[in-house]
Amino acid sequence: MNSIALILILLVYLALLFFVAHWAEKGNKNKWIVNPYIYSFSLAIYCTAWTYYGSIGVASKSGLDYLPIYLGPIIIIPSWIIILKKIIRIAKVNKVSSIADFISLRYGNSRFLGAIVTIVCLIGVLPYIGLQLKAISETFHVVTKTPLSSIVFEDTTTYIAIALALFASYYGTRYVDASEKRKGIVTVVAMESIIKLLFFLIIGIYITFYVFDGFDDIYQQASKLENYDKLNSIGGLPQAINWFMLAILSMSAIFLLPRQFHVTVVENNRESHINTAIWLFPLYLLLFNIFVYPVAWGGNILFNGQQVNTDFYSLLIPQLFNNQTLTVMVFLGGFSAAISMIVVASITLSTMLTNNVLIPYNLLGKLKGNEESISIKKIINTRKIVIFLLIIFSHFIYRLFGLDYSLVSIGMVAFVIIAQLAPSFFGSLFWRRGSRLGAIWGIILGLLVCFYTLLLPYAIGIANTNSTFISEGLFGHHLLKPFQLFGLDYLKPVPHALFWSLLVNFMVYFSVSVSFKGNYRERNYAEMFVDINKYMTNHENAFVWKGTAYTSDIEKVLVKFLGEERTKRAMNIFNLKYNVDKNQELADSRLIKFAENLLTGHIGTASAKILISSVVKEEKITLPEVLKIFEESKENIIINKKLTETSNELKKATHELQLANENLIKKDKQKDEFLDTVTHELRTPITAIRAASEILHDDDEVPEQLKKQFLQNIISESDRLNRLIDKILDLEKFETGKQKINVQKNNVVTTIEQALEPLYQLIKNKNIATYVESAEEAFALYDEERIIQVMNNLVSNAVKFCPETDGLITIQVIDKEDVVQINVSDNGKGIDKNDFENIFDKFYQSSNQNFKKPIGSGLGLAICKQIVEYHKGKIWVQDSVKGACIVFTLPKHKQP
Amino acid sequence: MKKILIVDDEPNIVMSLEYTFKRQNFEVFIARDGMEALEILKNQLPDVIILDIMMPLVDGFETLQKIKSNKQLSHCKVMFLSAKNKESDIEKGLSLGADAYLTKPFSIKKVVDQVNELLGL
Repeated sequence: MNSIALILILLVYLALLFFVAHWAEKGNKNKWIVNPYIYSFSLAIYCTAWTYYGSIGVASKSGLDYLPIYLGPIIIIPSWIIILKKIIRIAKVNKVSSIADFISLRYGNSRFLGAIVTIVCLIGVLPYIGLQLKAISETFHVVTKTPLSSIVFEDTTTYIAIALALFASYYGTRYVDASEKRKGIVTVVAMESIIKLLFFLIIGIYITFYVFDGFDDIYQQASKLENYDKLNSIGGLPQAINWFMLAILSMSAIFLLPRQFHVTVVENNRESHINTAIWLFPLYLLLFNIFVYPVAWGGNILFNGQQVNTDFYSLLIPQLFNNQTLTVMVFLGGFSAAISMIVVASITLSTMLTNNVLIPYNLLGKLKGNEESISIKKIINTRKIVIFLLIIFSHFIYRLFGLDYSLVSIGMVAFVIIAQLAPSFFGSLFWRRGSRLGAIWGIILGLLVCFYTLLLPYAIGIANTNSTFISEGLFGHHLLKPFQLFGLDYLKPVPHALFWSLLVNFMVYFSVSVSFKGNYRERNYAEMFVDINKYMTNHENAFVWKGTAYTSDIEKVLVKFLGEERTKRAMNIFNLKYNVDKNQELADSRLIKFAENLLTGHIGTASAKILISSVVKEEKITLPEVLKIFEESKENIIINKKLTETSNELKKATHELQLANENLIKKDKQKDEFLDTVTHELRTPITAIRAASEILHDDDEVPEQLKKQFLQNIISESDRLNRLIDKILDLEKFETGKQKINVQKNNVVTTIEQALEPLYQLIKNKNIATYVESAEEAFALYDEERIIQVMNNLVSNAVKFCPETDGLITIQVIDKEDVVQINVSDNGKGIDKNDFENIFDKFYQSSNQNFKKPIGSGLGLAICKQIVEYHKGKIWVQDSVKGACIVFTLPKHKQP
Repeated sequence: MKKILIVDDEPNIVMSLEYTFKRQNFEVFIARDGMEALEILKNQLPDVIILDIMMPLVDGFETLQKIKSNKQLSHCKVMFLSAKNKESDIEKGLSLGADAYLTKPFSIKKVVDQVNELLGL
């Protein structure tokens, strides 16, 4: 393919990335951007060009050896639920922006340690970036079928590297606070992860199913190749130990690689996203590895005996079949894999370099003192330049040293170097005694072992001298052979180097830490790291500090880096959180820690400490004293916690009391209303009786007919009065729980018949048609007498509401699984929807709170409700097209 | 002949009042709730209206307000006759413009006297 065309495609692709990054940055609260899937996919930055191309190379040359690099993460990822949560919490609380920050903070804001970690990362990662550039460059030349130009500035790929460097430095430094989230970059990385996986799967399917005839076909043909059996069997215990070491290597890489730390920890928005990542990320790795094998051995079959770079089978195969679209697609996938790594790695390295080396060592101007010193603008510009230079420098590493080793071996070396951070890093999470000196010496000595067992022999290999260093050892001592140190001869170089370097590193870290106690600051942070869950919300409390400091001095420092407004806001938050008077002149340890935190994101932990300590006067504290203070503050925290708990309990109690009180007031009001209505209801029949009696008493001339009528009225009103009193007493019995019911298994159908019997006359009088829809029998558990009362009441109401003509009452009995349901409906005017709920209240007065009169005594439905609920049934009004429909249920089985 | 409108939803109470006022030579109209009362008032101009408060559909207070808003009925005397006997209810009734407020249970004699007084008889 034509170079220009491919460059155009790349430019379009880069423009797309710019666009996505820009869009994501703008809508940074969008749920398309902040979600667990974006997070999980961004973790797949782990799969670089090395995975994309290198795995195939390894698989084709040495069989299954490519696997442990993916098995390690898959094995360790479930532990993230605990370990990663802890790391994220520590990082968030302390505003940590890189792994160098993380480690140096734990070991007492150590400037030196931060710098060493940064250097370790630089040594490990720079060639690794070079490796990605190498992949881009070589694949570019494979796709365009052009030779690599020996003059750097004539090679197109140099300009691609420059474009990438510009992109990274533009998007990587949008925030001064390095612990801020970079949503644009993360979204692009996630998108690229999807692209590279997709294209890899497509080429895998193409090769397996179109070029070959499925997995079987490849296997059949490959098994005839020489070496197949040897390469594809696991060679006993030594091989297993090799695998084990490689798995350990990749396990530590998934935590420690700076770019990995960045996407998993610094860019984590919510802890809960981990829950998705722990299944999605391993799944991603598995998917990525499905077709490695078929592609590798497919390539071996197709190119058997030819001299080709096996790393690039995925490009060479479609090219062999003249499939240009696929070739470009695969190239873009690899390009994606490479640039996400390049961009994120260079951003993290630049943050580390500025925050942990340049700023704390005053290389950007003095931290302390006057205004002319270091400035925010300078920091940002430096970061930009550093990103740019790192990428360009990596490109030159690649061009100068050629990086002749295959993609995988360079990546492996990087892993081993980064793994030197493992003892001090994991120690920081679980071991309080780990000290700064232990960490420093462990890393340095581990690194030296790496040099001896890995870098030096490789360098000599590249130089291609006739040195006997590798074959016979240093000065001819066989025990000092770099690849078989002390006679350990069954490990391959990488696992071998890892074994010795980690062993030395760990032993030194452990023994130095145990022998020399750390200072109080280390001990202080040890406590905070190990017990982070305890200090999550009030970690400033856990900080031990003694001395004199003025709030105004600290504010001044903050203003310089944060600006007036943010400082003011931050101080307000602090004062609010700890209930501190804003006019307080003297600062306490909490404010010191708070201020250090605010600065950490901008200038790193070590510089933050240096800066703050320049404006305060700290008193020296001895370690025992610190431990004592710490014990006390621990107690304080416990007491504080207890106090908070008690105060919370009090608050809760107050709230409950308030609720109870409101409830009582409501009840009281209800009682008043109840009494009000009861008296009204009682007065009505009395009024009628009194009026009729008065007429009969005073007027002798009442006609006989009318006289009888008045007397009849007196009788019926007296009965009404009596019924009312009965009902009130009934209700009272249910409400106070004094009512006893006799629950037995009864047939609902016969109960309904019994209930209807006394009402037939009434129904007949109004010419109402009644239908009972039911089976022969339906059994439920209830007190028959009471349910007759309920039915009687409901049917009487229905009769009352039926229209004068064509009245219709329907009773349905529905036998359900756990209950028998009874519907009583009429075709009257129906019930207002607003009244569905409260119609069962005693003397419910319709919703508008006027003085509309309730129908009947107003107690009937209230009693029905009480009875039904006493049976653990339910009663409600059902929405119906015409008329009212009241439904209640009776349980069929014993209720607990 | 003076005209009287009795508005109450309790038929037995209405019956006693109806009998009494007929004996007093009133022309008696009867409504079971506010709605019916307002319907009747479209055609009739009674001299006195006896009004219950707690009634279905349109209650006594609402009915009174509607009566007061009709100028044709301005000469009409209105008397509440209700079982609501709280101070606040009585005050509310009178402030809405009722001419008298008697509570249930009532003495027939008192009701008659009150009506006569309202009519200046």
